[in-house]
Amino acid sequence: MKTGLSALLAGLIFGLGLLLSGMCDPSKVLGFLDLAGNWDPSLAFVMGGAIAVATPAFAWAKRHQRSLLDARIVIPTGTRIDGRLLLGSAAFGIGWGLAGFCPGPALVSAAGGYGNALIFAAAMAAGMLLYSLTQRRQKRV
Amino acid sequence: MTIDWSHFTPWASLFGGMLIGLAAALLIMLNGRIAGISGIVGGLIGDLIVPDKHAERLVYALFLIGLLLAAPLWRLFQPWPLPATDTPVAYLVIGGLLVGLGTRFGGGCTSGHGVCGLSRGSLRSLAAMACFMGSGFATVFVMRHVWGHA
Repeated sequence: MKTGLSALLAGLIFGLGLLLSGMCDPSKVLGFLDLAGNWDPSLAFVMGGAIAVATPAFAWAKRHQRSLLDARIVIPTGTRIDGRLLLGSAAFGIGWGLAGFCPGPALVSAAGGYGNALIFAAAMAAGMLLYSLTQRRQKRV
Repeated sequence: MTIDWSHFTPWASLFGGMLIGLAAALLIMLNGRIAGISGIVGGLIGDLIVPDKHAERLVYALFLIGLLLAAPLWRLFQPWPLPATDTPVAYLVIGGLLVGLGTRFGGGCTSGHGVCGLSRGSLRSLAAMACFMGSGFATVFVMRHVWGHA
């Protein structure tokens, strides 16, 4: 019950943060990615503010096995930097630069009824579904 | 490069970023989970294809519901921050597919690799972020300054 409520609250705060920060405005995102043009550096402040608040929490989490609500703490342990990581991330960046949406803002904007975000989010979900289908095939072989 | 002072919003972006950091802090300290949007959504979608008995379905689903509720809640108090943009539908579809596939193969997006990865000092996430920031900058450069699109 408590863990359900905390997850709901975390999601809500995350979404409000995305809206306040400007991440849900594709023209602002593209203005940030346009280094060679009339550059809007605002979104660097989003990352800075988020990391400043989250860093102590992760430092705490690394020293603990169980969360404050007694859930198991799961932190990624992988350190391998391979083609899959780099090519996947590069493909993500191209999509981000084409449309101005990354996953969180796309979902929040779609929930706000913004038509462009609905189209983008549907395509994104299709991409994720395609990924899962390729993984299933690999598991069978 | 020139700085676009007319659209510069350092305080709103900083406070918005701090809320995002607070949400990530709550999810790791209370639920023990990483607040990575592509991992959460992709995980829920993948769970439909190959059910994972270890999946934190309920926690992920409730986080996602909270995220989606932010939009109507915001609208009660504030004007919607989205000006209408004329992005061609083809860019939205191709962009969405690339973001969906890329974040799943790359194991994270701006939240999972960016916010959470950098906050826990992961070199792997730093490499991923260098890739998606780099290709994002390059894509906008080509679109706006080579092809001359908007």
